[in-house]
Amino acid sequence: MAEAHPVAFQWVIEAKKRGARVIHVDPRFTRTSANADRHIPIRSGTDIVLLGGVIRHVLENELYFKEYVQAYTNASTLISEEYGDPEDLDGLFSGYDPETSTYDNSTWAYAGDEESLARGLPERDETLQHPRSVLQILKRHYARYTPQMVQDTCGIDPEDFEYLATSIAEASGREKTTMFAYALGWTQHQGGAQMIRTSGILQLLMGNMGRPGGGIMALRGHATIQGSTDIPTLYHILPGYLPMPKVGQDDFAEFTRAIGKKEQKGFWANADIYTINLLKAWWGENATAENDWGYHHLPKLTGAHGTYQTTMRMLEDGVDGYFLFGQNPAVGSANGRLQRLGMSHLQWMVVRDFYMIESATWWRDGPEIESGELTPEQIATEMFFLPAANHTEKAGSFTQTQRMVQWRDQAVEPPGDAKSDLEFMYDLGVRIREKLKDSTDPRDRAILDLTWDYPVNEHGEPDAESVLAEINGRHLEGEKAGQPLKAFGEMKDDGSTIGGCWIYAGVYADGINQARRRTPGQDQDETAADWGWAWPANRRILYNRASADPQGRPWSEKKKLVWWDEEAGRWTGNDVPDFPLTKRPDDPGDPRQGGAAALSGTDAFIMQGDGRGWLFAPTGMVDGPMPTHYESPESNIRNPLYLQQSNPTRVTFRDEDNLSSPGAMGPGGEVYPYVFTTYRITEHHTAGGMSRFLPYLSELQPEMYCEVSPELAAEVGLEPYGWATIISARSAIEAKVLITERMTPLQVGDRTVHQIGLPFHWGQGTEAIISGDGANDLIGMNLDANTQIQNSKNNSCTLIPGRRPRGPERGELVEAYRRRAGLIPSEHPEVDGAEGAPGAGPADTSVPHAVRGPEEASAVPSGERSMKEMKNR
Amino acid sequence: MSLLAGPEGPAASTGWGHDHERKGFFTDTSICIGCKACEVACKEWNRNPIDGNLEILGSSYDNTGELGANTWRHVAFIEQGQERIEEAKESGRKLVSLGMPGIGPKSSGRRGATPAGDLSSTDRTPPDTPEFRWLMSSDVCKHCTNAGCLDVCPTGAIFRSEFGSVVVQEDVCNGCGTCVSACPFGVIERRDDGTISPFAHRGDTVDRMGTASKCTLCYDKMVDGEQPACSATCPTQSIKFGDHPDLTAEARQRVTDLHERGMTEARLYGANPKDGVGGTGSVFLLLDEPEVYGLPPDPQVPTKSLPATYARVGVAAAGMIAVAALSFLGGRR
Amino acid sequence: MARTTFLDWPVIRQLRGADPTGRGTAVTSAKTRSTTPRTADADGVTDSICPYCAVGCGQRVFHKDGKVIQIEGNPDSPVSRGRLCPKGAASEQLANSYLRQTKVRYRRPYATEWEDLELETAMDMIADRFIASRRKHWEDEDEHGRPLKRTMGIASLGGATIDNEENYLIKKFFTAAGAIQMENQARI
Repeated sequence: MAEAHPVAFQWVIEAKKRGARVIHVDPRFTRTSANADRHIPIRSGTDIVLLGGVIRHVLENELYFKEYVQAYTNASTLISEEYGDPEDLDGLFSGYDPETSTYDNSTWAYAGDEESLARGLPERDETLQHPRSVLQILKRHYARYTPQMVQDTCGIDPEDFEYLATSIAEASGREKTTMFAYALGWTQHQGGAQMIRTSGILQLLMGNMGRPGGGIMALRGHATIQGSTDIPTLYHILPGYLPMPKVGQDDFAEFTRAIGKKEQKGFWANADIYTINLLKAWWGENATAENDWGYHHLPKLTGAHGTYQTTMRMLEDGVDGYFLFGQNPAVGSANGRLQRLGMSHLQWMVVRDFYMIESATWWRDGPEIESGELTPEQIATEMFFLPAANHTEKAGSFTQTQRMVQWRDQAVEPPGDAKSDLEFMYDLGVRIREKLKDSTDPRDRAILDLTWDYPVNEHGEPDAESVLAEINGRHLEGEKAGQPLKAFGEMKDDGSTIGGCWIYAGVYADGINQARRRTPGQDQDETAADWGWAWPANRRILYNRASADPQGRPWSEKKKLVWWDEEAGRWTGNDVPDFPLTKRPDDPGDPRQGGAAALSGTDAFIMQGDGRGWLFAPTGMVDGPMPTHYESPESNIRNPLYLQQSNPTRVTFRDEDNLSSPGAMGPGGEVYPYVFTTYRITEHHTAGGMSRFLPYLSELQPEMYCEVSPELAAEVGLEPYGWATIISARSAIEAKVLITERMTPLQVGDRTVHQIGLPFHWGQGTEAIISGDGANDLIGMNLDANTQIQNSKNNSCTLIPGRRPRGPERGELVEAYRRRAGLIPSEHPEVDGAEGAPGAGPADTSVPHAVRGPEEASAVPSGERSMKEMKNR
Repeated sequence: MSLLAGPEGPAASTGWGHDHERKGFFTDTSICIGCKACEVACKEWNRNPIDGNLEILGSSYDNTGELGANTWRHVAFIEQGQERIEEAKESGRKLVSLGMPGIGPKSSGRRGATPAGDLSSTDRTPPDTPEFRWLMSSDVCKHCTNAGCLDVCPTGAIFRSEFGSVVVQEDVCNGCGTCVSACPFGVIERRDDGTISPFAHRGDTVDRMGTASKCTLCYDKMVDGEQPACSATCPTQSIKFGDHPDLTAEARQRVTDLHERGMTEARLYGANPKDGVGGTGSVFLLLDEPEVYGLPPDPQVPTKSLPATYARVGVAAAGMIAVAALSFLGGRR
Repeated sequence: MARTTFLDWPVIRQLRGADPTGRGTAVTSAKTRSTTPRTADADGVTDSICPYCAVGCGQRVFHKDGKVIQIEGNPDSPVSRGRLCPKGAASEQLANSYLRQTKVRYRRPYATEWEDLELETAMDMIADRFIASRRKHWEDEDEHGRPLKRTMGIASLGGATIDNEENYLIKKFFTAAGAIQMENQARI
């Protein structure tokens, strides 16, 4: 956090001065560790075991917050008799289909009759003793996550574990709260979503959700990466987390019922209203009840269409054109070489940026040009570089990491040809609509029927506030016609209102740009409700009903936030209550109705169909209702818990250039004996597009480096601040060597695990002030099945002293190691270039095939590129 | 102790009258996160060139090296093992028990529950010494009470400002470099190289070329009531700006607090008005010996002996005048 | 500038004034005495938000003659209280770096160098290519005859540093055009 979010860390320093204990769990000792009370080094990718160990600790020792758990979580809910736990099925949950490598989650369902379940009233055992109650299932599931298991898996000694577990237990309850902050150290794993889930379970058990000083803080890395999921440029969702329709969802009513049924509890019951308002915002008067509000204009998904699937499609010549909006995938995306090769298969490409980033210049100075693999004369891709306006040259809003929308005013006009993306997209839309205006092709209707009429200024720049107003929504009819919506509760299902993103309704309430509010922090209380605007409804802490006890009283004076005011007959407090305002704490709810009316006075988790926080998630996760530990795809450690080595639902791609080390599952794993993990550092920003072109940032961290422990440096023969070459099954890169005790070899069972740190900010090119090899070139496209996000945090490599070879020899070096690992057939075993190469480690043939998991997929590619996703063990 | 700084502070003795409170920094390295925002904000405000040749320096995360003509705030990174930490704890403990000026009577009750100076009632069992630590510290011009650079400047290019800071006037400086050797901290340097644009436009103009250059305490911000760029940006307020007496009091209190928590390695640097430069305007809380951070343990202003020298010169001159007068008188006779 | 008189000579000031050692008021130059912050003559100060990470620190943007001259933290922000990290503190350079591109650049297929292109021409060419690629890779239905109504010929990536309003328009238009392969740093 001190590394990547230094300004936010001021609050940690403040808390620490007031007595808070700060514990930093990270493979590396970072600037955060330097300011923490304790740094606990961990083997990357084992967080579920560590947190599962804490869950076991608080359950076995009855340290969890019982009243909170009883009232606000699904601990008492009974689960289907069909449910089978990995503890009984050796690492698999019930419902696994090895043919498709996916789960049918029907056996994870709550117990109860269909009607009751639909209304969020499953069978419960309030004593929490029933063997099929969630609490008992949880207990059994984590029973083996002992301190010893933590040590044998994470490399964390029992004293450190005790310190962590005790700290969390002691700093939770009525008087205190514990907060988790995480970033991509959890996200970028196969199973990353489940790591976050594990902390969710722990925070629910400890009563730390919906309370001040609690929660799970996602430290997001880009100015509006939160906004980019709220109002997404993502393939799988529409604004406001409404899903994109999938093939076969041709009935509008069925589509919205799949999101939320009218009779279900909570606010998803109005999914149809949110969808209608979105469609109505997009297609205006062309969206009518008769044509299902234009629903049939929406394209349909057939599986995942994430950025890595798109890369594979590019390589098959299946994509013509590619737009980059301030993004540098030649450096920032996994398997950089495939990213660049993919671009070389395009017909045309538009790069919008401030600087000549590597994704704009790969065709003339990229690594494949250096190696001779590509020459500009062979590359057909037509390139358009369009300069972009920066944040001072346009008005607009960013949504920061705590869902707060903040408006920026425009300070100056953009220079030269530079334009905002708003103007670019609007102008492109206008041109395309003009060119198609006489088209009778039904395929063009969706474009021509679109509302696309934003007011522009004298420079042709659309008024960003008018777009924000559309996102907010407005009344179309009646007395309030033309007035902005005050809240999503004003949305109607009859076409009389529009709203582009239901959770943002209210950001333009009363025709005032609420995101532009700037009452100084020093003139407000700590909630600072009059600065910016947080979705939904300017609420700063979600599910804050849980900050009060079931009777509506604050759990403690010290931790009070929102409470029931009996005299006023409403919820009140220091934040906007996240609950129906006048619903009494003892309101039983009306199950005959759906939506908010069905919520009882203690159903604090108002978006859930049962009103409870989910310790056990019957739906929503594709790889299990509870997190369970698997090893990462290239891990050289056998899963200490199950025969099942890695996540059975993981997603990867067959390609000769997207190979993986077999890790512990094959003898070749020892060719790549070390773990490398990638990260951001304070002085740079993502793929460097906004830092490596700035002199003042470039001088602070001028060169790509790797961080290694003194022990590993001695083992491999590295010199301080000399060069090393890091070789994975995908690529070989060079880096300066920082030998430091900040890297700790970990003892895991009888194996010493060496982890290497690699910042990911550098890329090869000639335009930036500083350049260097890119860490992401080393990483394979192995994805989490829930999120389609790549595993960047735990991959295998070897390390040799010196710089990497230039020209074609770079690829040959990579190939030599692949051959040695058996990833590709050994063509000339006698002259195997990697034989005896320093650091390659002994070729360990002692691992018998018998330890390989069932249906272990061969690491050898089929030889032909295929879009087919390979899901394996 | 020095002739050149009067008892009423450096500003009063340089003609600014008595209405100006001395300003300064308190850099609390115990909460420095090593982000280097101070370095950037300083360069950005002062339009200073970048340093170095864009290669890793070989000094942990530090790649600007040291204070100089171009880098006026510099963050040091020091990696230490357990043995060294133990030594630092011990040396810090000794400083306190010797009555280090850092631990004096509490000046205000703003923070901490235990009266300063009375550590007997607190549990002083130190926490387990960690196996490793990573020290970070932002260094800056000390703005000495007795500033060598100022005292030796032959052209009047360096002046003591109304805020007590020591500022070079580039329009007066002739680049003679006398000040460079007079700084006991090695802070001031002549800017004879540097660019903000590393390779494309070497010719772009850089201010202050050829003249002596160092931190001005953002004199051009302070005249407008603003604080310096580095302290304004510092995320954790490891760098604090304010009135010098308040800051030294706060610094002393912070050392007391840390010692109470068992962090006996904490000690102050520059807060002693009896040291070789008469104390500094920039006060630091360090977690180890000054040398560890590249700071001189016992800085001495080179003009320290000036009063004595002047006295001797005066006696000699008086003697000569007397002899001359006598001979004159004798001649008359 | 006021006429310099004999009385302004430093040595005279030194002898006349309260700075007998000539290290303070006596030696200040006229330029020093008229020091102002370089933001003093800014045309205006605009409230903004840092474009780097998602903490959302407040920034104040000083501008003069249509150019950004200084960016610093906004003390009013309850998030950041006026502080910026090195990236935020370098924001002025983000705007004014000598490497900033302000002209459209175009590279023909198989060309070895960039060439210039009018923005107007470029926009028109991109619109033509959008339409053509959309048609070429259009999919009306899947192999079972179920509607797809999409194109696989166009993809986009970015940007988590662009505005909500911009993302909204991109999502709106691409979706209407049937271009589903729209992605963001949020996936990475």
